Amino acid sequence: MSAQLTNGSQHSTSANGSAAADNVLLEVKNLQKWFPITAGFFRRTIGHVKAVDDISFHVLQGETVGLVGESGCGKTTAGRCILRAYDLTGGQVLLQDHDGKMVDLGPLNNNEMKPYRQQVRMIFQDPFNSLNPRMPVIDIVGDPLKINKVATGKELEDRVASLLARVGLRPEYMRRYPHAFSGGERQRIGIARALALDPRLVVADEAVSALDVSVRAQILNLIKDLQEEFNLTYLFVSHDLSVIEYICDRVVVMYVGKIVEVAETEELFAQPFHPYTEALLSAVPNPDPRMRQQKSRIVLEGDVADPANPPSGCYFHPRCRYVQDRCSLETPDLREIAPGHYAACHYAEELTLTGVTASGELG
Amino acid sequence: MDTPVLIEIKNLKTHFFLDEGTVQAVNGVDFTIHQHKTLCVVGESGCGKSVTARSILQIVDQPGRIVEGEILYHRPDRLSGVGLSEELPSPNGAGGSSSTEIIDLAALDPRGRQIREIRGQDISMIFQEPMTSLSPIHTVGNQITEAIKLHTDMLDDEADEHAIELLRRVGIPRPAERLETYPFELSGGMRQRVMIAMALSCNPALLIADEPTTAVDVTTQAQILELLEELQDDFGMAIMLITHDLGVVAEMADDVVVMYLGQVAERGDVESIFHDPKHPYTQALLKSIPKLGVSRTMQRLDSIRGMVPDPYNRPTGCMFGPRCDHFMPGRCDAINPPAIQLGDGREVHCLLYEDE
Ligand SMILES: Nc1ncnc2c1ncn2[C@@H]1O[C@H](COP(=O)(O)OP(=O)(O)OP(=O)(O)O)[C@@H](O)[C@H]1O
Ligand SMILES: Nc1ncnc2c1ncn2[C@@H]1O[C@H](COP(=O)(O)OP(=O)(O)O)[C@@H](O)[C@H]1O
Ligand code: SF4
Ligand code: SF4
Ligand SMILES: [Mg+2]
Ligand SMILES: [Mg+2]
Repeated sequence: MSAQLTNGSQHSTSANGSAAADNVLLEVKNLQKWFPITAGFFRRTIGHVKAVDDISFHVLQGETVGLVGESGCGKTTAGRCILRAYDLTGGQVLLQDHDGKMVDLGPLNNNEMKPYRQQVRMIFQDPFNSLNPRMPVIDIVGDPLKINKVATGKELEDRVASLLARVGLRPEYMRRYPHAFSGGERQRIGIARALALDPRLVVADEAVSALDVSVRAQILNLIKDLQEEFNLTYLFVSHDLSVIEYICDRVVVMYVGKIVEVAETEELFAQPFHPYTEALLSAVPNPDPRMRQQKSRIVLEGDVADPANPPSGCYFHPRCRYVQDRCSLETPDLREIAPGHYAACHYAEELTLTGVTASGELG
Repeated sequence: MDTPVLIEIKNLKTHFFLDEGTVQAVNGVDFTIHQHKTLCVVGESGCGKSVTARSILQIVDQPGRIVEGEILYHRPDRLSGVGLSEELPSPNGAGGSSSTEIIDLAALDPRGRQIREIRGQDISMIFQEPMTSLSPIHTVGNQITEAIKLHTDMLDDEADEHAIELLRRVGIPRPAERLETYPFELSGGMRQRVMIAMALSCNPALLIADEPTTAVDVTTQAQILELLEELQDDFGMAIMLITHDLGVVAEMADDVVVMYLGQVAERGDVESIFHDPKHPYTQALLKSIPKLGVSRTMQRLDSIRGMVPDPYNRPTGCMFGPRCDHFMPGRCDAINPPAIQLGDGREVHCLLYEDE
């Protein structure tokens, strides 16, 4: 493994000020997940895809934090590390236990993870492949209850019925199989399953991305309603900025395995401090033809960097319109630029970047 | 200003005959594509956008076929007859205004010579997933030059040069070297560019783009959309852009067709569709999308209740009836709303506008 492991990490953790607040439910510290690249008959490791490379952020109780960025930037990998579907390469995933203590899920084995698997649940992207086609809905939703010995028999059936009703599905349909449901309905089944064990943290990975526009709004509203009702905390992973803006309290922007910006939603959209965030916002098509002329779209050159072979210095420098000599030499730390607003850009203070005003204009 | 008509679709019906029943994928669609203009077709999954596009090219999959209607192609002069080896890129190439020849594409034999000549030469198509139309075992250069040679009388060297020019034109760096690469070695955005280069190799009068940016990231999407706009300025082709993203429609369209369950809900110019939508479905759709900058202050999105019915259980009367807030019992479930003209090229299929 290479030497520059903790590049800027000390700084970013403390700057993130996360451990300070006592209602932190999840704290991710210097999280790393590297996948080995192997070659040859003996599958010798010749390098690493640094899918997640030293990220730190926290999620408060009852909050919805968005994780946004282009495909391959490490969002799903980060989510899977938090669920401990992956072993960590480095860093910590701290979850607040019922007694208020922070427990590092990182080193726990499968057995030790069990109680926490009830507390941290996942909603998947693909409503078609994430449900077992050979299981009726009652088993899909009820299995977590059965496995964890929460309920059986009639009680289980009642619980499933009320869960289904809560996500807007007819309980009478609980004996049906997934193929008999539409995409939106399957996503509701997935949500019911995720909620079955009264989780404290729900990781939703592209939970509405595969849905049609008219159904997407229903599911987004449902996700919001359930949060109020059950005091849920969400880590909402998405590449869709308008969805993120609607659903999230705070946003974490990732680029090639690293965090480039963290801020409250309104701030981030109104006044981004990182050039990548600015470019992302500008790329989102505005559903108003009158905005066409006013908009000077920033079209980024080239492609997203390869996480197996990232550029030197600031990973964004080959595509950044504000690049300076220093940018290809020094990796910028994630720094607090304004209260609660962090950015990893050498020139965050000097640049005047364009966000999106509340009327939907860029400005 | 309206440019001359290029494609006129009249009462198009394309059905799939399956064991479970007949899927009326496209069921009486009318719209018009004008030269040099961009027409966006928007609607939810399964509403028949792709099947409409494939009908134009007569590449509907089995067991589907066009069962009724006309697709009138007003072939621009420059493409009529033989000898199509035009130099490229030719600015305003499709500018021939008087169209002498009108061909009903719907009446052509899907395997016949005439439609094959039109595919790729007059009308070409790009798809959501470029790998479905690029061959994995041939180099990028091979595939583009093949396409060029198929429809022109260019020789190998000329075709190579032309291919390099096209690749440069679609923004591929070091195009000469890229001729030797295979599609899988390229990123998604690059592949999409290669496909666009191929589609433009014969300077078509119409480029059909079926969800060309659905599988790519927003920043790549911005690149591709910008490229399409530039290329339209240079080459002068009309674009039929299929998408489910209303943001993309607002940025790209001159004209819009909103589809629902195999039919046109309404159509008109982009400004009217977004700022004065007439059909309850269009109105509800526009309200249900989160808008950047606006939605952070919103408590809830207005959603459309229910969902698109499955194709075997189409409602009677108006297709949107079961989800419509203006549903009129006894009328909306009895009458399939006809096209109602509202002037200025606007048309709506909704009984609220009858007798206006
Ligand atoms: N090869 C086929 N066999 C049977 N039915 C088909 C076939 N292709 C399409 N259909 C049906 O025709 C209808 C319209 O499909 P189409 O592909 O045009 O939808 P679309 O509007 O392009 O949707 P999407 O946004 O999902 O691409 C759907 O009900 C679909 O299931
Ligand atoms: N199991 C895996 N093995 C090897 N590489 C992986 C694996 N999972 C993800 N990656 C790589 O890690 C990077 C981040 O992937 P991912 O977290 O899925 O991104 P996102 O969810 O942001 O689209 C990508 O380059 C991806 O190819
Ligand atoms: S550090 Fe330099 S290259 Fe990186 S985002 Fe800031 S200005 Fe751009
Ligand atoms: S015809 Fe009736 S049901 Fe259909 S859109 Fe108009 S008002 Fe609604
Ligand atoms: Mg992902
Ligand atoms: Mg389609």
